Amino acid sequence: MQDATKPTAQTDERIKEISAFRKALIRPELGGMVGTIAVFTFFLLFAFDSGMFNSQGIMNWSIVSAQFMIIAVGACLLMIAGEFDLSVGSMIGFAGMMVAIFSVTFGWPTWIAILVTFALCIAIGALNGWIVIRTGLPSFIVTLAFLFILRGFTIFLPQVIERKTIIGGIKDVAEGDWLAAIFGGKILQGAFVWLGDAGLIATFERGTRKGQPVVDGVPMLIVWALVLIVIGHVLLTKTKFGNWIFASGGDAEAARNSGVPVNKVKILMFMFTAFCATVFAMCQVMEFGSAGADRGLLKEFEAIIAVVIGGALLTGGYGSVLGAALGALIFGVVQQGLFFAGVESSLFRVFLGVILLGAVILNTYIRRIITGER
Amino acid sequence: MNPEKAPIIQMKDIQKHFGSVIALAGVSVDVFPGECHCLLGDNGAGKSTFIKTMSGVHQPTHGEILFEGKPMHFNDPRDAITAGIATVHQHLAMIPLMSVSRNFFMGNEPERKVGPIKFFDHEYANRVTMEEMRKMGINLRGPDQAVGTLSGGERQTVAIARAVHFGAKVLILDEPTSALGVRQTANVLATIDKVRKQGIAVVFITHNVRHALAVGDRFTVLNRGQTLGTAQRGQITPEELQDLMAGGQELVALEGSLGGTV
Ligand SMILES: Nc1ncnc2c1ncn2[C@@H]1O[C@H](COP(=O)(O)OP(=O)(O)O)[C@@H](O)[C@H]1O
Ligand SMILES: [Mg+2]
Repeated sequence: MQDATKPTAQTDERIKEISAFRKALIRPELGGMVGTIAVFTFFLLFAFDSGMFNSQGIMNWSIVSAQFMIIAVGACLLMIAGEFDLSVGSMIGFAGMMVAIFSVTFGWPTWIAILVTFALCIAIGALNGWIVIRTGLPSFIVTLAFLFILRGFTIFLPQVIERKTIIGGIKDVAEGDWLAAIFGGKILQGAFVWLGDAGLIATFERGTRKGQPVVDGVPMLIVWALVLIVIGHVLLTKTKFGNWIFASGGDAEAARNSGVPVNKVKILMFMFTAFCATVFAMCQVMEFGSAGADRGLLKEFEAIIAVVIGGALLTGGYGSVLGAALGALIFGVVQQGLFFAGVESSLFRVFLGVILLGAVILNTYIRRIITGER
Repeated sequence: MNPEKAPIIQMKDIQKHFGSVIALAGVSVDVFPGECHCLLGDNGAGKSTFIKTMSGVHQPTHGEILFEGKPMHFNDPRDAITAGIATVHQHLAMIPLMSVSRNFFMGNEPERKVGPIKFFDHEYANRVTMEEMRKMGINLRGPDQAVGTLSGGERQTVAIARAVHFGAKVLILDEPTSALGVRQTANVLATIDKVRKQGIAVVFITHNVRHALAVGDRFTVLNRGQTLGTAQRGQITPEELQDLMAGGQELVALEGSLGGTV
């Protein structure tokens, strides 16, 4: 008995050296990277002359991608923590409507309206999480309820208060507000003027803005997207809390038994998702100057699809913020690229469905590799 | 086991009810440092429930837990871990999708300060994980190898190594050998032996008498939420142990018809 139990410290000849290809396969970002390359190759080949790759074109799909990225980061961390939030789209509509009501109807200073809206939406996110934890119900059901509840209020409140479903005039009240500028402003204007003067990007040829660059700065929306991606990525992969996120989604019971505060982690991730949705809403409201009751429709699904394309498992415990960001980029490029290429826009949905299916199948296969089932 | 030593854990008349189910009907067990205390019993006897009250997962409905002589109330697993009680649960020891190193430090992540921000010290975690695994005789491809690719025995070993590394005074193993082959079982039993010799108290749950006798110092048999007391090594024969586990008579009758093969 004692002899047999001596630990053998030689390499086990039956563990196959894992090939470089398979090693690359188990990086969650792989699908996103391949997809990004494929999508760019495709549009560079077939839509290069469409204006998609001049300064306005690039800004166009960058903005759309950045929108997807902002909500994808939240959805990604939440999905890795093992939960979903289907109320993201409604939350976007709700947050926009609340900030409009607070600032336009109530006449509050815009920065107060924004802060109160953030507090309110994050609290609703916490409530979502708390209900999921306390009842043990799937987050799918709980947040589906909030999808309807929040959308209902978003339509009901402005009708009662203002007798309409769109509240405008936000640009006027937000004029000069420091916090509104953090969502609606632009940066690097000087650099774009320089680029325009140097003839590297297009400038207006006539009118009052003659000589000024057509694209005159990077919108804060894009800055938010990049900042959230970096924070999300570092949090997930480089901190203790990130390990807790993986553990909570990988196996909540095992994590709990190891002393990971699973409930706290999950509720915080619901709050973070709500935060991201609110950031999205603020940027959108500041850009449009209005809040509409139908804003954010279907955004929850687009966020989830971006996350899945980015390599995350729907079952939790595995995924990558960088992957989700690439998923969002693929989205933005394809959606706008089809538009530039003059393809019927409804085909974008066909593309979404197909790529979602492909990504899920690939992810399931990758999971088998990781867990050694095959 | 050294009888002069004071027990590190005393479980006194522990009862646990789940609604109308009485899973434990008053069980008392003492665990000493450096001993391997085997908890035997058939499926459903209440073994897992019993050790879960010891590790803070469940709060006993009735009864008292003394840890190092002082009454203890563990509100959750974290309390028990902090006190020095590490548990490798029956089914839920490791997270297959996570790397060995992430699993090893789950709940105990080492941190490194860069400016005001604290980061997970992956370098340290990876180095320690590789070292500890080597000590246990497991050769990893790398610290980022997913636990899912390890065999059952290797997973148990990782979990045990982890508990020992974090300075557990008591190591609870819930059926670590039940899903393992012969060789893997032998490895786990050898690990238990090693751990015990370091002065750690091991509570080893099994329903296999042979596994228990291979490493056990003392044996407590649970039967339908009750115990008939604890026997020392050498005071009890394998047959007696087997009988106690099955509740006596039935097995004796069975044994007749099976010709002593059980
Ligand atoms: N959380 C629970 N809720 C209700 N009943 C439980 C729970 N956990 C265990 N039991 C019951 O307690 C009894 C003992 O179970 P357990 O401790 O898992 O047995 P063992 O580990 O010895 O096989 C069983 O009848 C089981 O159904
Ligand atoms: Mg059990």
